[in-house]
Amino acid sequence: MSEKQSRGASVESGTGTVRNGTAVALNRRKFLGDTLKTACGAGLLGLGMGTYSRQVESTPAWVIRPPGALPENDFLGACIRCGLCVRDCPYDMLRLAELGEQVALGTPYFIARDKPCEMCEDIPCVAACPTNALDHDLTVIEDARMGLAVLLDQEECIAFQGLRCEVCFNVCPVEGDAITIEMHHNRRSGKHALFIPVVHSDACTGCGKCEKACILEEAAIKVLPMELAKGLVGKHYRFGWKQKKMAGKSLVTPDVKHHYNLPEGVKYDLNGKGLSLPPEANNEAPFSSNPLDSLKKLQNQENK
Amino acid sequence: MMVKTTQDKTGQEAVGFRAIKAKGWFQAHKWLVFRRLTQLAILALFLIGPLFGMWIVKGNMASSLTLDILPLSDPYVMLQGLMTGNVPVTEGLVGVAIISIFYLLIGGRLYCSWVCPVNIVTDMAAWVRRKLGLKVSSPFSRSTRYWLLGLTLVLPLITGSIVWELFNPVSLMFRGIIFGLGWAWMVIIAIFLFDVFISQRGWCGHLCPVGAFYSLLGKKSILRVSASKREQCDDCNDCFIICPEPKVIRPALKGADKGISPLIDESNCTNCGRCIDICDENVFRFSSRFKS
Repeated sequence: MSEKQSRGASVESGTGTVRNGTAVALNRRKFLGDTLKTACGAGLLGLGMGTYSRQVESTPAWVIRPPGALPENDFLGACIRCGLCVRDCPYDMLRLAELGEQVALGTPYFIARDKPCEMCEDIPCVAACPTNALDHDLTVIEDARMGLAVLLDQEECIAFQGLRCEVCFNVCPVEGDAITIEMHHNRRSGKHALFIPVVHSDACTGCGKCEKACILEEAAIKVLPMELAKGLVGKHYRFGWKQKKMAGKSLVTPDVKHHYNLPEGVKYDLNGKGLSLPPEANNEAPFSSNPLDSLKKLQNQENK
Repeated sequence: MMVKTTQDKTGQEAVGFRAIKAKGWFQAHKWLVFRRLTQLAILALFLIGPLFGMWIVKGNMASSLTLDILPLSDPYVMLQGLMTGNVPVTEGLVGVAIISIFYLLIGGRLYCSWVCPVNIVTDMAAWVRRKLGLKVSSPFSRSTRYWLLGLTLVLPLITGSIVWELFNPVSLMFRGIIFGLGWAWMVIIAIFLFDVFISQRGWCGHLCPVGAFYSLLGKKSILRVSASKREQCDDCNDCFIICPEPKVIRPALKGADKGISPLIDESNCTNCGRCIDICDENVFRFSSRFKS
């Protein structure tokens, strides 16, 4: 449109009423040349911007998106950087990336070690989002997967030294499900237990409370992006015991009842009880716990 | 202050001097003052929340919520998001509809001169340029912005992310003022210097795809400036010098003998009203598409 006008204007002022072939041809050539120049410039700029965007959008692992955020690639297409989620966060822990930061310009994020997500039940940040970059299908905050806490440093975590800490376990908002304490043998002392925190991905929301609370100078437990934290077993993998449980029987060869060569009446239970003697045998224990019984037994034998 | 200088560095009579002499300073800057007040008031509405904890408007220009009820969203940013395949939620769509209808009716590039904060920077650059009497300018085609507009809508299609919003100085400046600038002030200064020393009216008048989008949106809008008393024009040229889009004036002002309407019917007119201010013959006034 502006091209048309500029041509109109130049005909009007410059070449006056002379509209012979040469003038028109020159105008057309200039028009095509200018258009080509602009198009090429725009194309080059586009190439640069597109490539740059791929680099800048490789979001660092310490950046955690608000609850309900779409997978990073989709999020960067959907988020319009309006900051409404930031404004509606009652704990003021979200911020928009400023120019010069390592995060895509204007996108919301938080850093767990500074201020973790408080997991509001009504999820106001998601409700505020006008574009579904924070998925409105997320209605239960426990279903949020902002990332996954991982006990990264098992050398520095003092639980692995046999010390009682469990702070991460105690602050976890998904109590007892996202982090559990598992006891292991303490090989250093030989007689104590290690109380090891274990994160479970089926319950961890990635809120970052554990990372915030970790008593170390640099947290041993950290929230990582899901794709970084989770492994994935090959789709062809089948675990025999799970398949068996699902089918209700062994799917390979039928289980042969195992036979132990044991004295009559004695049983052996593989899955727990171990060796069990027949009930009558139990009455005739070789030695009673009461020493008097043993003495009486001896006396009886002598009397015979 | 400006009244005292009648000549600029090149020895010509300063732009606007005649208007100030004829109408007084305020009348010669009336629309400029109104525009600045509007621009600053909009910024202030967004800033009252974070500064004083009174939440009248939340968010920023990309999307906002006024008094917890009125959603407003920028159709251009939303369109970029849409190009990645993401569909906004109802609040977003309602916000886009309200803003789109507003600019569709009132004038697309009204956004540029009455809302956009970058306009304050580039207007200042244009003023400095006039004061310094700089004439050298790298010419970009005024259609470059439409190429860039196309580019910013194609890139999301290819990359799946709204690439332009990593660069867009308009959203960068507005969001920066409300949420924190970071290094954004450097971009603002860069645009200022670009407009002063590299290209006259370079950003807003030639390159900005946001303006290009709004010009297309307001192609058939109602509010127009009209050179209704064009027979009184004494060819002082002030309006051409002050106008951020000088090409839009010529057909309306000089097209009487060709039967062209005095209405400035060019979508790139920003309705800034500076031509109305600057004209000591009162040639221009705000009018509507339906009056000619």
